[in-house]
Amino acid sequence: MTKTVTDVVCPFCGTLCDDLEVAVTDDGKQILDVYNACAIGAEKFLHSQAKDRITRPRFQQPDGTWKETSYDEAADYTAKMLAGAKKPLMYGWSSTNCEAQSMGHEIAEMCGACVDNTAAVCHGTTLIAVQDIGLPTCTLGEVKNRADTIIFWGCNPCHAHPRHMSRYSIFPRGFFTGKGHKSRKLVVVDPRVTDTAKMADIHLQVTQGQDYELLNAFRVAFKGEWLPDVVAGIPKEKIIEAANIMKAGRFGIIFFGMGVTQSLGKNHNIDEAIAVTKDLNEYTKFSIMPMRGHYNVTGSGEVLAWQFGYPYSVDLTRGFPRYNPGDTSSIDLLTRGEIDAAFVIGSDPGAHFPISAVKKIAQVNSVCIDPHITPTSGVSKLHVPVAFVGVETGGNAYRMDNVPIDCRKVVEPPEGMLTDEEFLTMVRDRVKKLKGVA
Amino acid sequence: MAEYIIKNGFVFDPVQGIKGDKSDVAIKDGKIVSDVSKSAKVIDAAGKTVMAGAVEIHAHIAGPKVNLGRIYRPEDKLFTCTATKGIERTGSGNSIPSTFKTGYEYAKMGYTTAMEAAMPPMFSRHVHEEIRDTPIIDEGAFPVFGNNWFVMEYLKNNEVENTAAYIAWLLRATKGYAVKVVNPGGTEAWGWGLNCLSIHDPVPYFDITPAEIVKGLIEANEYLGLPHSMHIHPNNLGNPGCYQTTLDTLNLADGYKAKNKFGREQVMHITHMQFHSYGGENWGNFESKATEIMNFVNSHKNLTMDTGNVTLDETTTMTADGPFEHHLTGLNHLKWANCDVELETAAGVVPYIYSPDIKVCAIQWSIGLELALLAKDPMRCFITTDHPNAGPFTRYPRVFKWLMSEKARNERLNTFKNADKVIAASTLGSIDREITLYELAQMTRAGPAKSLGLANICGGLKPGMDADVAVYDFNPDKPLADPEMIETAFSRAAFVFKSGVQVVTHGDIVNTGHKRTLWVDAKVKDNPQVMRDIKEKFLKYYSMTQANYEALGHHFVPNPFALEVDATQA
Ligand code: SF4
Ligand SMILES: [Zn+2]
Repeated sequence: MTKTVTDVVCPFCGTLCDDLEVAVTDDGKQILDVYNACAIGAEKFLHSQAKDRITRPRFQQPDGTWKETSYDEAADYTAKMLAGAKKPLMYGWSSTNCEAQSMGHEIAEMCGACVDNTAAVCHGTTLIAVQDIGLPTCTLGEVKNRADTIIFWGCNPCHAHPRHMSRYSIFPRGFFTGKGHKSRKLVVVDPRVTDTAKMADIHLQVTQGQDYELLNAFRVAFKGEWLPDVVAGIPKEKIIEAANIMKAGRFGIIFFGMGVTQSLGKNHNIDEAIAVTKDLNEYTKFSIMPMRGHYNVTGSGEVLAWQFGYPYSVDLTRGFPRYNPGDTSSIDLLTRGEIDAAFVIGSDPGAHFPISAVKKIAQVNSVCIDPHITPTSGVSKLHVPVAFVGVETGGNAYRMDNVPIDCRKVVEPPEGMLTDEEFLTMVRDRVKKLKGVA
Repeated sequence: MAEYIIKNGFVFDPVQGIKGDKSDVAIKDGKIVSDVSKSAKVIDAAGKTVMAGAVEIHAHIAGPKVNLGRIYRPEDKLFTCTATKGIERTGSGNSIPSTFKTGYEYAKMGYTTAMEAAMPPMFSRHVHEEIRDTPIIDEGAFPVFGNNWFVMEYLKNNEVENTAAYIAWLLRATKGYAVKVVNPGGTEAWGWGLNCLSIHDPVPYFDITPAEIVKGLIEANEYLGLPHSMHIHPNNLGNPGCYQTTLDTLNLADGYKAKNKFGREQVMHITHMQFHSYGGENWGNFESKATEIMNFVNSHKNLTMDTGNVTLDETTTMTADGPFEHHLTGLNHLKWANCDVELETAAGVVPYIYSPDIKVCAIQWSIGLELALLAKDPMRCFITTDHPNAGPFTRYPRVFKWLMSEKARNERLNTFKNADKVIAASTLGSIDREITLYELAQMTRAGPAKSLGLANICGGLKPGMDADVAVYDFNPDKPLADPEMIETAFSRAAFVFKSGVQVVTHGDIVNTGHKRTLWVDAKVKDNPQVMRDIKEKFLKYYSMTQANYEALGHHFVPNPFALEVDATQA
């Protein structure tokens, strides 16, 4: 016999689909099938069922082998490491729930740690731009109900956010958009001919690294001022055509991804994209939204902001929060050799940071909290496997449009495994004792 | 629980009509009692002022737009961070303080209850997470209804009972406290970049007017008999000449009487009246219409209001009035954030600098004070800064000083850069009234508590009420040597008790108490039609499922306090 859990939230990408159905065995111990999810989302659920999964913490031995230990000893080690360090880094947070983030922040505050999330390597530049110029945005249901003009800039949702188009942006029939995709114009800006670009009404194949120039040209085109014949590889006529489409719609939105946030120009590209959006509000209604990657990177920024005032790269070493990306950001801290202990949770810097930074993680005392074996766990002194958030435990997460959705527990974790929050609570209690806090 | 006796203070309690008599306040098991045992801990309040804990009726302190303000204004943190200290977590921010700092700052000023004034229903989890992380003070949150598609569709057909059933469902789903209305109809129009500037501007597509929305929500609110009344931020906020729209809005309450079991008498609460009391046709001949507004409020007993005092600081404006914030960024050219929320509302955020050197800002400052000083019934006019819109809540003690000391406010008024023009634009310079401590207790304690339907719970010192007590180093028997003493005393209370727990001693946090989340549980007759409509809207138009919208687990509201209402017989 099986039972079906409905309204399941997918803990994979920032689309945070919440309409999944998961068939589980009657005893609630095993997942049999996942419905409604895209391939990568379904894989996340099924992966948790792997028979060879690590279920206990383990220390890496000098010869590279691993020795199993208890959660108690793992918590002792983690607490001592963090409490004893001068400048510990606590990085990641984007693939865990807000409850764990909050508990982690309490530890970070007591230990004077630097707390950072994966925005440091993806949409941190977006946040800097928002701090410069603001952000006119909306929820994804607004797009579904009203939008007739969709722009994907430097992102490829077909592969990175597979259900984004069907749930929110291109295909759904909303209140004022009864004709679904027939009522929407799609503009894609990308140097590559991606699968998303192939669907576009207009594909602007911008010259790599010249997004800023093209954005700027749009602002000129809106005003009907003089443009050179070609900007960023795009003929003037095509720019004007696209500009007119944007102005003519009743409700438009720019979705943008790492193609603009991490290419030449970085935060300045986003500044200009937001300025484009602002300009368009003189003619019609326009919004802009970052395509956030990890399912709860947005939540990490939110919790950091309400507790400390900044959305990422927060340095608590002086006993109060400081924020100065480039100085207090993880890669910079690591490559400058300022970190004497590394704690990683809910992310894999071993796979995404430059090798010079990863080497520093390997050189200091380090703990990696992750259900999987990852490049990061491979270079860490202690690996603490935990239950999968959104599969084996619930907890809050924030979608890319900042809408909070409470994840669901679908099955029991393997016997005796702890959640992120439970393990962090053990660490918090130990740090309190070590620091003599009541 | 511990017993306390606060001895020999000058007690000001409008609930019992005590006007500064020297007397004792006894606390036992979290409540005010008439007597305690010999073992009660004695708090010496000789030479000090004793009041109930203050009640904040309208502030933006938790949720998505507040946090957007924090995220996008790192500059607001400059020189405002406080380090971890004892049980106090680190804090940051001035106009948009971190959650911890928000709780501590309110408590240190003797505030023990606060209402978050605009909760986008879809973001209620976020609001409650921040409320949970705001220590000490009891909090509630007002979900916004004035641009909600259900409400507009029901009220277009005059379906008050269905509107009420929907309100009851939403209050339960979001753990909300009251019916908040912001720029009725105008924020939905903003979905298309438009606005409703008068109460008769039709809402695009929905074919209803702001006036109809307001009246319908008053009727639904009274049908349910909710603790608080409909709480409104009218159309046309902040524009020269907007006072006419305000008077039109106030007029909509005409003929309605409050129906509830909480002792509330008003059917409409108008918030941050300062922003709605402007005359003139442009910024050049901008002037105060506080007299016209207060003449109306004073003569209509079914209204309450709060002031929205400008404090002359750099701050961060934030409101569900999306079109207004877009208009504002066009005026001051500072960074603009906006978020439209499907089927429900929108929000905008823009930093603002109320400079004493700018004539309009100084007139706005005058209007806020004028309103409070022209109020005939301090039980119906409450002091706010619409935090952080007109200034940070941490400036309350300064506002009290201006209201309580003619000398202090005239000093300010007469030294504005454009003093002559500023003085000519309002009647403030000719008002010699000074708010008394008793009136202050009415305007910050008993009044807002009564308006919120909490008259039996907080805002007073009558035995049986929650033991929320603030003791200030302020001796009303001594002549006031310097008005600054008012600001100093009310900035840092000597002692504060929250539900009988001593939380502040000599301005320091000594306990984080048992913070509660207040919400209203309204029962209505089974209403299959409304349940069907809700189901359909989720299937077709929302971007999340109904089951995920409704689930608000224990970890969001760990310590709930529900006020119950039974409208099944209505
Ligand atoms: S689009 Fe993203 S959230 Fe939705 S099912 Fe796929 S991986 Fe999960
Ligand atoms: Zn407000």
